[in-house]
Amino acid sequence: MLRLNVNGKVRELSDDEASTPLLWVLRDALGLTGTKFGCGVSICGACTVLLDGEPIRSCSMPASAASGRDVTTIEGLASEDGELTPVQQAWIDLDVAQCGYCQTGQIMGATALLQSNPKPSDDEIDAAMAGNICRCGTYLRIRKAIKQAAGNMGESA
Amino acid sequence: MSSSILARGIPSRSPAEGSLARGIPSRSPAEGSRYAAMEAVFDAIAHPAQVPGPGLAKFSRRRFMQATGIAGGGLMLGFVLKAKPAHATPTALQPNAFLRIDADGILLYAKNPEIGQGVKTSLPMIIAEELDAAWDDVVVRQAPIDGAAFGPQFAGGSMSVPMNWDTLRQAGAAARTMLVAAAARRLRVPPAELSTRDSLVVHAASGKRIAYKDLANAAAEFPVPDASALKLKDRRYYRLLGTRVTGVDNDALVRGQPLFGIDQAVPGMKYAVYQKCPAVGGGVSSFNRDAIAKMPGVRDVFALEGNGKFAELLPGIAIVAGSTWAAIRAKRELKVEWSLDQAAKDSWSDSARKAETLRHVPGEKRVADDGDVDAAFADADTTLDAYYAYRFVSHAQLEPQNCTAWWRDGAVELWAPTQTPDSGIKAVAGVLGIDPSKVTVHQTRIGGGFGRRLYNDFMTEAAAISKRYGGPIKLQWTREDDMSHDLFRAGGFHQLRGSLDAEGRVSGWRDRFITFTHGNGRPVSGGDMSRGVFPAGLLPNCRIEQTALEWKTPCGAWRAPGSNVFGFVVQGFLHELAVAAGRDHLEVLLEVLGGPRWMEEGNIRALHTGRAADVVKLAAKKAGWGRKMPEGRGLGLAFYFSHAGHFAEVADVSVDANRKITVHNVTVAADVGPIINLSGAENQVEGSVVDGLSAMLGQSVTFEEGVVQQSNFESYPMLRMPHTPNVDIHFIDSDYPPTGLGEPALPPLAPAVCNAIYAATGERIRTLPISLEGYSV
Repeated sequence: MLRLNVNGKVRELSDDEASTPLLWVLRDALGLTGTKFGCGVSICGACTVLLDGEPIRSCSMPASAASGRDVTTIEGLASEDGELTPVQQAWIDLDVAQCGYCQTGQIMGATALLQSNPKPSDDEIDAAMAGNICRCGTYLRIRKAIKQAAGNMGESA
Repeated sequence: MSSSILARGIPSRSPAEGSLARGIPSRSPAEGSRYAAMEAVFDAIAHPAQVPGPGLAKFSRRRFMQATGIAGGGLMLGFVLKAKPAHATPTALQPNAFLRIDADGILLYAKNPEIGQGVKTSLPMIIAEELDAAWDDVVVRQAPIDGAAFGPQFAGGSMSVPMNWDTLRQAGAAARTMLVAAAARRLRVPPAELSTRDSLVVHAASGKRIAYKDLANAAAEFPVPDASALKLKDRRYYRLLGTRVTGVDNDALVRGQPLFGIDQAVPGMKYAVYQKCPAVGGGVSSFNRDAIAKMPGVRDVFALEGNGKFAELLPGIAIVAGSTWAAIRAKRELKVEWSLDQAAKDSWSDSARKAETLRHVPGEKRVADDGDVDAAFADADTTLDAYYAYRFVSHAQLEPQNCTAWWRDGAVELWAPTQTPDSGIKAVAGVLGIDPSKVTVHQTRIGGGFGRRLYNDFMTEAAAISKRYGGPIKLQWTREDDMSHDLFRAGGFHQLRGSLDAEGRVSGWRDRFITFTHGNGRPVSGGDMSRGVFPAGLLPNCRIEQTALEWKTPCGAWRAPGSNVFGFVVQGFLHELAVAAGRDHLEVLLEVLGGPRWMEEGNIRALHTGRAADVVKLAAKKAGWGRKMPEGRGLGLAFYFSHAGHFAEVADVSVDANRKITVHNVTVAADVGPIINLSGAENQVEGSVVDGLSAMLGQSVTFEEGVVQQSNFESYPMLRMPHTPNVDIHFIDSDYPPTGLGEPALPPLAPAVCNAIYAATGERIRTLPISLEGYSV
């Protein structure tokens, strides 16, 4: 039995899934389709989730590697009563998305960045987000949204 | 790579292991007809009949259908507004298919596919403006695919806004008129004493206000006013249009809710992959069926013959499994012997060699020939020759192709991220041999279009696999499938000659264009200069010659087809002529545009040289054109007109000793008529700048023996955040009818950047991507 702790809930899976990339376990077995498939080789960032708070590319990590660790997906960011995080809210306020396909991965990357560095500079944002492709080219808004979220987190802290 | 076979390209004829399937020949219709359906889709988008606008005759549905072949059964404007909504109920106000108001509130339907261009927000905004609905009161829902109710429903050619501008305004105004009539009866006052705003009818004299939702029931009893009798708002009174509105799906997007094609699930659904021949069009001779069938999670494996048509169903091997991963894993173990008699053998290097010869001789056809170019060259003070070339590129939309299909009881239901659901229905019906009425398409949000999803091969494949398997499946392409089976933007070659007279004016221009054809007597999509490409029509002596090389791999529409490469060539060469004349580029560009006039009388979607000059001057002014730049840094200017959008861009670029470039800023000036959603409009321009830069820097698809040599983002790079320039946007909010913004901001970017590199270094770039000339970011 493979046990994953996904968004605070223990999910039990067949051992047959041990070698399946975490991405496909999340999407197909658990129905958490917010995490996206983009390249399959961990160079686009669409599949980014947090593993014990660190951003990882779920398309290239076997589910077994997440066994017993905390997995946070985009579906697990908002509070139980639906309140969005400052990062999610900034994405809405600044109308970041075009097609929106990469944005859940971008939001997970941004969330991890702000947890480790609450006041990142532009260069630090660029470095942290360089692994996430936005094919529509919304990078200027992503950077701005991260800064807005950082400001709002600062005020509430 | 998803299979060992793909990684090596075409396999040698080693016998496939295990039991062999019988040879499965691919049917081969006449070569030209294999591309016919695919190209009809492009024609409909690229060259639609004129759209309606002020001062023009009413849009002729008949002419539109004849001209475009799109959407059989679709109804236009007047017809649409009279069409009965599918589920009209007596307690709701539903004067047309686009909206529904009842006691619960205001529901607006977004009629066209959302591919990231923002129409799920902007089209309903147009209705809401005329309806005088408060945007916060509005719920937007994706419309069902129903041509009789909604008219043509496609996302392409930047046409969603211009084609629906009148219809949607009238849809909102019709409902507003009925609400006012109902309020007048309830309050016993003349309608003229009533006004509307924020989803309320207001009687100013008495201070009485009635919410729309409380009037819907009564309003529904009034006759739907005739569209021609409706009085539309003057722009001065707009409250919503032109403001910044966040996308209607944004809340669901940031929560990761299932919106996209890839997120769809139906009960009992299995997961499918489909392996086609790496050289497009090849058939399946044999494959290791038994070995694949035994792999974990695999439910079924079978070959499909295909219908022989590109962008519909090509031969391949389907694997159906209990999960996406089980299907992908099994696909990696496929060993296939392909029959290559029908397969493409295209070679980029071979084409480049042919072009090298052809560029020295006159082209096959003259597609433009104004004045006397030869005399202009003979009389010239100076002539200049230059050879430009650009590679094929891929769409590489981030959501790999997918489609969910459920065949049952002689009918099929699809959940599809398609830009052309109308065409998709026809294609699926054709492939399955059923009537189009037996095909239902549910439109999903789309993880990037860029023209790729005008073509519905993923739909026909999913439908055929579901039928053969006998149950619901979700077809998933891998990234490698996507890159090897795109409908590519074609490469091309241009041998240019220009001349200057004694005053340094451009006196002659010849573009010897070497393009590609699928052997059906016409150039590929986006590879045709016969429709008034700049500077044809602007110069007294201008000739464009066109020669087409045979090319089998299908080519398709890629964001701003044609313009996305012609802009690079012609705006770069015009700069070369300005430099040769020792004159300011801005001055020469304005001189070529000449005095303000329409380039096609009576067509308000044609180039207007006055609008063009205005954006050129505005971009130059905002960018500080003419200012002294530091060593190694320069400004570059370019103008391009496409999709009825006039765009000028100025790039500010530094180049270091290692040819590493930094694009500091791009100033964009645009005239696209009134802005619908300012936030969405700016987003499209920012994205076009990034896309243009991404493509010009390092994107190149090459082919050898018909096989694409790139496979994923490591060999096909995308621009990333650290290299994104600042974008400074200025819209001239003109009174001309609006056009869409998905495309026209892209074409000027590459020439503006290359002209800036010249200004910074004195080195001229005539090849895309510029990585081929040693440049990087």
